[in-house]
Amino acid sequence: MPSEKIAPPLWQRNLLFAVVCLAGVGAVVSNLLKSNTMAAPKHQASHYEKPVFRTTVDWVDEEFASEWKKAGLEPAERADDLTLIRRLSLGLTGTIPSLQEIRALEAQPEDERVQWWLSHLFEDRRTSDYLAERFARAYVGVENGPFLIYRRRRFVSWLADEFEANRPYDKIVSSLITAEGLWTTNPEVNFVTVTVDQNEDKKGPDEVKLAARVTRAFLGVRIDCVQCHDDHLGDEWLQKDFHQLASFFGKADMAISGIRETGKPYEFKYRRQRVPLEVPTIVPFQPELLPERGRPRQRLARWVTHSENRAFARATVNRVWALMFGRPLVEPVDEIPLEETPENPYPPGLEILADDFIIHKFNLQRLIRVIAATSAFGLDSKMPAGRTPPTLEHDQHWAAFPLSRLRPEQVAGSIIQSASLTAINADSHILFQLNRSIQQGEFIKRYGDIGEDEFYIQGGTIPQRLLMMNGSLVHERIKDDLVANAASRILATAPNDTKVVEATYLAVLSRRPSAEEGDYFLHSLSQKGFLDRKAKQADLYWALINSTEFSWNH
Amino acid sequence: MLQATGLGGLAWLTPMAHWLGRAQEKASAHTPAKSVIMLWMAGGPSQLETFDPHAGKTIAGDTRAINTSVKGVQFAHGLPQVAEVMHELTLVRSMVSKEGDHERATYNVKTGYRPDPTLIHPSIGAVLCHELPDAEMDIPRHISILPGQWPARGGYLGSQYDAFKVYNTNGRAGNITARVQPKRLDNRLAALKQVEQSFARARRADLDAKTTLHNATIQKALRMMSSEQLSAFDITQAPAKTRADFGDTQFGRSCLAAIQLIGAGVRCVEVTLNGWDTHANNHESHVSQNAILDPAFAALIRELRARKLLDQTIVICAGEFGRTPEINPASGRDHWPTGFSMALAGGGFRAGHVHGATDPTGAKLEANDKDSIRVADIHTTIQHSLGINHAKELMTPILRPMALSDGRVIKTLLK
Repeated sequence: MPSEKIAPPLWQRNLLFAVVCLAGVGAVVSNLLKSNTMAAPKHQASHYEKPVFRTTVDWVDEEFASEWKKAGLEPAERADDLTLIRRLSLGLTGTIPSLQEIRALEAQPEDERVQWWLSHLFEDRRTSDYLAERFARAYVGVENGPFLIYRRRRFVSWLADEFEANRPYDKIVSSLITAEGLWTTNPEVNFVTVTVDQNEDKKGPDEVKLAARVTRAFLGVRIDCVQCHDDHLGDEWLQKDFHQLASFFGKADMAISGIRETGKPYEFKYRRQRVPLEVPTIVPFQPELLPERGRPRQRLARWVTHSENRAFARATVNRVWALMFGRPLVEPVDEIPLEETPENPYPPGLEILADDFIIHKFNLQRLIRVIAATSAFGLDSKMPAGRTPPTLEHDQHWAAFPLSRLRPEQVAGSIIQSASLTAINADSHILFQLNRSIQQGEFIKRYGDIGEDEFYIQGGTIPQRLLMMNGSLVHERIKDDLVANAASRILATAPNDTKVVEATYLAVLSRRPSAEEGDYFLHSLSQKGFLDRKAKQADLYWALINSTEFSWNH
Repeated sequence: MLQATGLGGLAWLTPMAHWLGRAQEKASAHTPAKSVIMLWMAGGPSQLETFDPHAGKTIAGDTRAINTSVKGVQFAHGLPQVAEVMHELTLVRSMVSKEGDHERATYNVKTGYRPDPTLIHPSIGAVLCHELPDAEMDIPRHISILPGQWPARGGYLGSQYDAFKVYNTNGRAGNITARVQPKRLDNRLAALKQVEQSFARARRADLDAKTTLHNATIQKALRMMSSEQLSAFDITQAPAKTRADFGDTQFGRSCLAAIQLIGAGVRCVEVTLNGWDTHANNHESHVSQNAILDPAFAALIRELRARKLLDQTIVICAGEFGRTPEINPASGRDHWPTGFSMALAGGGFRAGHVHGATDPTGAKLEANDKDSIRVADIHTTIQHSLGINHAKELMTPILRPMALSDGRVIKTLLK
């Protein structure tokens, strides 16, 4: 057999095995030793203590307070800090906090914890990676796209770099609209090349798809519904509005050197026209904001991101809100009326947050900090003892934090994170990261991604429950394994059973057990029965991971 | 019932009664089908090397043709067993679509709609489960065996209509066996109950029933884990001869499982055969692909007939598009959505029927050519023969009403 020839002698294999084992033990020891040495973020109170920051938050709070009063609702109380940081980690990094991070947080002064947590997350590459993926779904969708000329990964990683540098959001969007060159060297070009249909006779990017993306993703306007004909049932848009906007992309063409402004102007054949005619470049609203000179796409980018084009700021606020709450302020996330009416007023907070975003030069991190500081974000999703539980009306008016089902990558990320005492981030060993991405990919496939349709709330499914109860990811992450799994390490290192149960709850559900839960599991751990302690600890992990609380944002 | 007996009793009296009796018989033959098996040829098979050979023409390369059980109808040489059941099939040779990208075209053929950025349309199996509910089933009614890259989805109907994915057919389907003994599982569930009580406190009483469906779904999952219907996933109990007929391949075994599942009451089973994207070495690849497809597809038809399931089951054998008549420099064929083949059988479909033809020189078919059938038309025709009102509009989450399908019923394909 050929394999015999290349197999090393037995002693070499034994040596190799020993080395691997030692490396494993080394990893455990070093992990245990460094468990209290998480690097502190460069946290500056100036980010959120300036009076104008507080004023914005107060104004938003006042609007919500008057909304609740009008609806006759008494809001829930403020949630505890651990609940809030779990929401932030899930929304911004797609995973839950680690035990080590929770300990570091709890060493901070109480009134600073939420903002300190944001300082911590903004320095963590997981945040920019995750935000980039979530935004990319709106920009380019989830499809693999055209072969060779579209590199989704490169696009997402470019976007992550932009977010990490906290580049002003209007600048990021301008880069996308005006992108030129090759999709490999200028990753933002992929925003344009993703629309190339390689099987149509027409070469080059698709103006119609680009116009639809620009209006939906950047402006929160759904103008593409009138692509084919005027809607005579009262839609505010006309068919020509759409095609005149698409015309800004008319000259963008595919050349040897990538996307260039060398194409022919955009032509379209309306009904009752015999031949296609060139369509002028006209924006559908606020034409006074459109610069007269410049290349078509540059003019369009200036118009989209103009500080007086409030649709741009509103759309961004709505999307960031949705990422943090699991549900947008205005539904659907990409359809916000250009003007409010007495019958259909804007929801509380939207205009103030949009103003703040514009005044502070489209600073995304600031927007996230402001939203995190509002009382609406801080509310509990349940009521304190003695009060009637929150109703659907509370949900509707943001008088209690709305429950939303976690996305598949959030569930996978949380399972994997719960099995580690320290954060699995860019600093983790590459094998951990690699392992995470492989396990995560397989899990997501089976859990079922809902694609671009991001903020549509639906209940759980049978395959999801089977995967969580019987699947290999959960099984591997809860079984007795002192090297790989937190379950075993907590059991081996915690000084007593109370601490075992507490650390397990913190690692999995980011909270401490209630008195009843504590009693139940303490009793279970100490009771003699047909299971040993390791099995009982695995079962505790199993129960927590299979709970509603674990699979939902709350 | 009374009327039927009455007519039967009078049948010997008048020719009219005889005629009425025949009409009744005919009507029962038209009882709508109630399930679907979709053999998904992922990658897009070449019509020229499967169901639409133009032997002797330049576009055929050196592909030979063989006769089938229907006079005048020929297949490419790689499908001798399917050729023997051609008299059970409806063969459409003039499918046209506008989608030449794998992902978009797969979406198109599986749902009947072109991709739309505002919503996801449900696949045929999801529509079927939604329109023909059945409370008796413990196991999922929409199943995808060997799911490819883009398995059938529930789309706007909700993820509970997604196909349940099965990755092997050697015994129990994945994730339906508890990792621990029953006694320990009870312990785990008791612990879970403790955590759930804690979460439910101070929350809406109907939160689980109306919103999360969490514990309701766990109960369904547990019911499935202990159901006798699970044996339908397991083909190891089928006679060795039957298993051999389907071919010793994953795909063949999955086709047998599909029959068992349909027999157990499952509405729609999708079975994927990958490997048809033959941009290089088209002919060699089709020889090996056909060798897998041929016994499995033929045995599927024969076995459905033998188990008296064919009349109530529509079988579809299709990929996302066909392949170019022109052979490229790598001896491959590229994507060709303008004139490809689809084989159907069972339900109300006409047996031994061929519809449409492609040009022997390889010219494109246009959507408005007389015999062209658009993807939407196939969906509408299938829904029609399942007794589903295809024009029925459902309200989607974006508040846009959407018809179940927007094609026309192609009457000539049906009995």
